[in-house]
Amino acid sequence: MARIGEAAQTYSFSRRALMLGGVQGAVALVLAGRMTWLSVFENERYQMLAESNRVNLTLSPPRRGWIVDRNNIPLANNRTDFRVDLIPDRVEDKERTIATLQPILRLTPEDVARIRTDLKRAAGFRPVPVLENLDWERFAAVSVRLPELAGVSPTRGFARNYPLGAGVGHLIGYVGAASAEQLKEEKNPLLVTPGFKLGKDGLEKTLEAKLRGQPGAKRVEVTARGKLVRELATRPDVPGETVKLTIDAGLQEYCARRLADNSGSIVVLDCLTGDVLAMVSMPAYDPNSFSDGISQSEWKMLAEDDHVPLMNKVLQGLYPPGSTVKPMHALAILQAGISPQATVHCGGALQVGRRAFHCHKRGGHGAVNMERAVAQSCDIYFYAMARELGYDRFAPTVRQMGLGARYDLPYPSQRYGTVPDSAWKLKKYKQPWTVADSVNASIGQGWVLANPLQLAVMAARLAQGREIVPRLLLDKPHPPAPSMGIDPQHIATIRQCMWAVVNGGGTGGAARLPLPDIQIAGKTGTAQVRAITTAERRSGVLGNAQLPFRLRDHTLFVAFAPADNPRYAISVVLEHHGHINRNTDVGPTARDVMTYLFDRDRAVATLHELEPTWGGTYQERLAKQAEAFEAARAAARAAPPPPVPEDAAAAASNVASAAANATVPVEDAAASQERSE
Amino acid sequence: MSLSPGIVPQPISQFPWRIILLVVAIGSFGLVVLYSAAGGSLYPWAWSQGIRFFAFLAMALVLSRVPEGFWALAALPMYVVILLMLMGVEALGAVAGGSQRWLDLGFIRLQPSELMKPAIVLALARFYEMLPVGEIRKFGAIWPAGVLIGLPAALVMLQPDLGTALMITFGGLTVMFLAGIPLRLFIGGALGVAVMIPILVNFVLHEYQRNRVLIFLNPENDPLGTGYHISQSKIAIGSGGIFGKGFLNGTQSHLDYLPEGHTDFALATMMEEWGLLGGLFVIAAFAILIGWGIGVSMRAKSRFGRLTAAALSATIFFYVAINMAMVMGLAPVVGIPLPLISFGGTALMTVMICFGILMSIDRQSRQVQRW
Repeated sequence: MARIGEAAQTYSFSRRALMLGGVQGAVALVLAGRMTWLSVFENERYQMLAESNRVNLTLSPPRRGWIVDRNNIPLANNRTDFRVDLIPDRVEDKERTIATLQPILRLTPEDVARIRTDLKRAAGFRPVPVLENLDWERFAAVSVRLPELAGVSPTRGFARNYPLGAGVGHLIGYVGAASAEQLKEEKNPLLVTPGFKLGKDGLEKTLEAKLRGQPGAKRVEVTARGKLVRELATRPDVPGETVKLTIDAGLQEYCARRLADNSGSIVVLDCLTGDVLAMVSMPAYDPNSFSDGISQSEWKMLAEDDHVPLMNKVLQGLYPPGSTVKPMHALAILQAGISPQATVHCGGALQVGRRAFHCHKRGGHGAVNMERAVAQSCDIYFYAMARELGYDRFAPTVRQMGLGARYDLPYPSQRYGTVPDSAWKLKKYKQPWTVADSVNASIGQGWVLANPLQLAVMAARLAQGREIVPRLLLDKPHPPAPSMGIDPQHIATIRQCMWAVVNGGGTGGAARLPLPDIQIAGKTGTAQVRAITTAERRSGVLGNAQLPFRLRDHTLFVAFAPADNPRYAISVVLEHHGHINRNTDVGPTARDVMTYLFDRDRAVATLHELEPTWGGTYQERLAKQAEAFEAARAAARAAPPPPVPEDAAAAASNVASAAANATVPVEDAAASQERSE
Repeated sequence: MSLSPGIVPQPISQFPWRIILLVVAIGSFGLVVLYSAAGGSLYPWAWSQGIRFFAFLAMALVLSRVPEGFWALAALPMYVVILLMLMGVEALGAVAGGSQRWLDLGFIRLQPSELMKPAIVLALARFYEMLPVGEIRKFGAIWPAGVLIGLPAALVMLQPDLGTALMITFGGLTVMFLAGIPLRLFIGGALGVAVMIPILVNFVLHEYQRNRVLIFLNPENDPLGTGYHISQSKIAIGSGGIFGKGFLNGTQSHLDYLPEGHTDFALATMMEEWGLLGGLFVIAAFAILIGWGIGVSMRAKSRFGRLTAAALSATIFFYVAINMAMVMGLAPVVGIPLPLISFGGTALMTVMICFGILMSIDRQSRQVQRW
């Protein structure tokens, strides 16, 4: 029994051992199958994953495309930039490294605080910028001490350079490091690469896609902890495209300098093609210092300046055009069928209802026809015509000449003003149009608002009767603009009227060109920015020189030349100039700019003669202003204990983005227009 | 099996040289892998592992000279001693304020839980040998075995070491299965475990163990945490392809993407460089070794020898299968090394003990034949 049982047990054991072996064999097959699946069927996928583990792409910022003028003179190019970065993973002792670098690079406490913060956030091999825009001496000093500075990486890169400085500030804009919002918007690793800057304002911002280029790349093998093992391959960067502008760099600089210490703008257009030859708003920030990361005090100085250097007045400044609209209104009067010889008697004032509207000449001009009305800028003539015709018959012509229009220019924001008429008023104020409204508008006051570019377009369209549209990019051939179909007789009359303003004893005599065979035709304008009370009028209107800056009149001038066959049109708008300085007023300024176009040497000679009277070039004045501002701040600091700059570095880095927001884009200018009586 | 007599002395010629050569082959291949894992250097792993390998091989050869009868007599006392050591470790850990798995004997840090893997097999084999033939289908054949398995398994779980506890349990269950415990109990038990697993996972396992199980079920949930081990290991194996990237050319291991590339994940390190062919070689080598073990059990004359040989082979099998399944993402990461290849002395020692006892049983059966 026991033996039989034992035999059965042995048999049972063998069966179960075989079963066990069978299960083990099956498991072995499953494991082999899994191996095959992973290494044969999924091989491609895992090979890719292994590669993406192993290989890391280090980007080098591309060289930014140049911006050149119509003659290929660079307005924005790149200069060699020496910079020092830290590779966090290769730094052995962060504090010791920073302590060593501080005296060599002359790091400020602000810099050190920023580097510490960046190092804390950064990991691996992504470089942390220490200092950029170094001079050669400091760069070399770091380079020779590299053996004791593990993880410190001095590199030669490129930085944006604007040869004309503030003269192209508003024209070109500036670049800067990407902000957190931009990074969120465009999840591109290039944006956090040290040394990479993107457009923050102006053309730099709107033409970003063209200017940026393709980053260079370095493929490196890295360990799981980000340690660099070796370099595998490098790909050079592809520089951004060159953008050619219609601007004439020489003219642009001349305008910027000729604007003197004014808060103003100059636009010069080609009357045939609409090419923008110069577009200057001064004072302006220096885009070079903005692109390097502007200091807090420089930013504060610019933000506090009552000459608003942070605003591009050409596109964002809206002004009552004043008398500069008179030639255009004269065209409307002609188109209404009224003879240019028709006369109006100017007795110094015109009664409309219970209100008296005054002429700027208290005694009156006597009998005035159209030419005399424009040349002497007689208000009564236009009051009378507007009262008779109604402004609704003027407004279409005003729009045809380009006021109230928004031009397709590569800028983030433009304000385009108002051309009022009865429909507009009804819609906006729910009130009917009155005769007084027509009378006010007839001399470019009241609700009429325009920016300096529109005034230049107006001058250019009046000059040639062509439907020119301002353009800035010289990218495709541009034939002369088509005619607007205005009666050539009318054009001739307007030219004659405007010629008389300058050359026929009119109000614009100061703009007469010092050239024997070329004459200028233009129109002056003065826009009050304050109400003149009846009491003041009785006791005598205060002169501008007695008024504080903010209350002085704006002075304006639009012109074209040569008067008989216009080629160039210009608008000059000076904020709060008040005609208190002859040399810096609109007339002589327009004269010199026009002279530059026909006789450059003569214009430059005039400028050299005049420049010392207002303190030198804009660069010199900006430097002096910064110095004075610093001194004032230091004096203010000396009195109370200085506030500890809590997060000064962070504040400084926010300056650039704040600058971008400083000029709030206002599309419907009527909503926030500056009323002027 | 043995060299011709006369040239070499009999005790040496009696060793099963072919199977020893196979073990040496696996071990040497392991040293090659460790050499590469250290970035092409004997240090810190290959050299010391080589010394350990041959020391433990020598130990296995010594164990093979021990007669089978001694193992049968010593089985239960050894089990008791090791169980006491397990309790000692637990007590030490409680005193030291933390979990401890080893006893420091000066020259070696001994893990009693590791010794328990062969000891449980020996003890149960002895138990079933002593059990009268007719008793096997009765309850008396089951509950003592359950106690013998349950005590050490529970102690090891307390350490906590899920992998070792599982291996002790599997080893014991294998002996019970081979001893002839009714099949329906195993089927029922398996079903019971299937039900119990969710409960175990939720209430018994430690946080990190639970995480490993959950992440095993869905590694992509946690690509940088615990799932990172599995993902990187699969990348290493998958990127190796059929022929591998070549010796010393593995990137996953050399650039530290593969964690534990010299210990638990040595298979991934190897397959990245040697490819599918390397993997199949290792599977085949272990299959031959385990198959030889089953052969030894079939030839064994005593019930103790039969049960022990088959279950010790199964213990080696569990090591290999669990490790490979884990490395290839088929099982949770439980911390079981690949024997003879992974760096570390503990598993090597256990496997060499198993191998030594297997050779001892093999020698006994051949001597019996000669009579």
